[in-house]
Amino acid sequence: MGQEETNNTGYFKELSKGFIRENPIFILCLGLCPTLAVSNLVENAFGMGIAFFFVLLCSNITISLVQKLIPDEVRIPCFIVIIAAFVTVASLLMQWLIPDVYARMSLYINLIVVNCIILGRAEAFASKNNVFRSALDAVGMGVGFTASLFIISAIREVTGFGTFLGFRLIPENIKPITIMILAPGAFFTIGFLMALFNLIRIKKGKVSK
Amino acid sequence: MLKDKHLTVTVSPHIKTSLTTERMMWIVSAALIPAAGAGIYFFGPHAALVIAVCVGASIITELFCAVLMKKPATIKDGSAFLTGLLLALCLPPEFPLWMCALGSFFSIAVSKFAFGGLGHNIFNPALAGRAFLMGAFAKEMTTWKTLQDFPDGITAATPLNLLKEQGYDSLMKVFDSHSHLFKELFIGRVGGSIGETSAALLIIGGLILIFARVTTWHIPVSYILTVIIVSYFTGGLFDIPFHLFTGGLMLGAFFMATDPVTSPITPKGQIIFGIGCGLFTMLIRIRGGYPEGVCYAILLMNSVTPLIERFSKTRIFGVKR
Repeated sequence: MGQEETNNTGYFKELSKGFIRENPIFILCLGLCPTLAVSNLVENAFGMGIAFFFVLLCSNITISLVQKLIPDEVRIPCFIVIIAAFVTVASLLMQWLIPDVYARMSLYINLIVVNCIILGRAEAFASKNNVFRSALDAVGMGVGFTASLFIISAIREVTGFGTFLGFRLIPENIKPITIMILAPGAFFTIGFLMALFNLIRIKKGKVSK
Repeated sequence: MLKDKHLTVTVSPHIKTSLTTERMMWIVSAALIPAAGAGIYFFGPHAALVIAVCVGASIITELFCAVLMKKPATIKDGSAFLTGLLLALCLPPEFPLWMCALGSFFSIAVSKFAFGGLGHNIFNPALAGRAFLMGAFAKEMTTWKTLQDFPDGITAATPLNLLKEQGYDSLMKVFDSHSHLFKELFIGRVGGSIGETSAALLIIGGLILIFARVTTWHIPVSYILTVIIVSYFTGGLFDIPFHLFTGGLMLGAFFMATDPVTSPITPKGQIIFGIGCGLFTMLIRIRGGYPEGVCYAILLMNSVTPLIERFSKTRIFGVKR
């Protein structure tokens, strides 16, 4: 009974670590290039988040299934082949389902192949853990990434366009702050959110000042 | 135990200057007042409002940040006042007031306090604020006011804008002759930012700074000399006074590039810094997409200041390199 309980909390920790504790963007600082590129509109951020989530989940499951078959020397190329297969699936699906969003960000969808979060999870986690844990890890990281993208893009779209998901929040006659939808705006937003995350961690006593 | 107070020595430094940060900031602010006054005189009451809002918003932001970061409030040292004033002087006279306040907020909160407060910032706060506003509101930042109050008052575009967009001939059409153009540029009766047009008053302010020993001559002189040399070799004699007295060169060379926090401390380093500023300014003016390059040139050189300082370190006496 006691054994089971620790196992369960272990599973939950595996799932929840991607939310805040090991948030891929704000704590691990991984995957910043797609974050900078697609977080100017909430719609783009969602498209990216969903594609990312799909690829991460599939690749984590597959890699943990075939971990015994992959020779250690060529593991990175093998991971990339597996990830590339799922990216192709995701990009074809997006072309069919949401062609508008895909047209705007096809480049970044294809670049998921070399996304450091996905490769990092494959290397650091999926190739060493069982299928169930890898899937939980992928869900946690995927939700963490998508939620972070959502927060960044919400801030940038509201300040930089004055809209949220296309709906006008700030009246036309107040000029939007154009720089927020350009690259510097992404750096400002990510920097301040990172500071906020660190503040939370310091308050909780997880890291020292 | 023999105790002779004439023989007890305190810890170094033994020779102290009366020039504190506070005194320095207020001297610089005072040296800017003639140029600010000229701006208000040439461009009208809205320019005064821009200055007031920038200074006010800077001070309020400084208070807010100091309380938020639990640091001692540093309003009295005048650095927030000076940042606000400098920012206002490089904004267009008709700039919307809420944007002024936003720019001041950015200057103080992001480019100063996010880096740790006065003395820790990498970039000159006023210029960073201007660069932010340029990125955020490009249209408002390049809308210049016509000088209607003067019979021979001139044009909406700044001289640099005219030269960049319509060429040399239209510049001559507006100003008739070289000597007239240079006279107007020197006095400041041309379109431009609030505090940058009057070269004469800025030079007076700059000389005050050098003679009050608030700043050394190294940065302004090497900056201005570089601009003179580059403009002579790229354009000829006519270009020298033109490039010297247009745009924000005088304001930048005397008041922005000499910011003690963001420029090197060794004389050799300061000369390298000034030359770099001059080269980048001319590169942007001649080849770049923007008509004016002072702001970005100084910001670029700010970012390499730590490197310059490493290379221009003075050798400690008796120690080999």
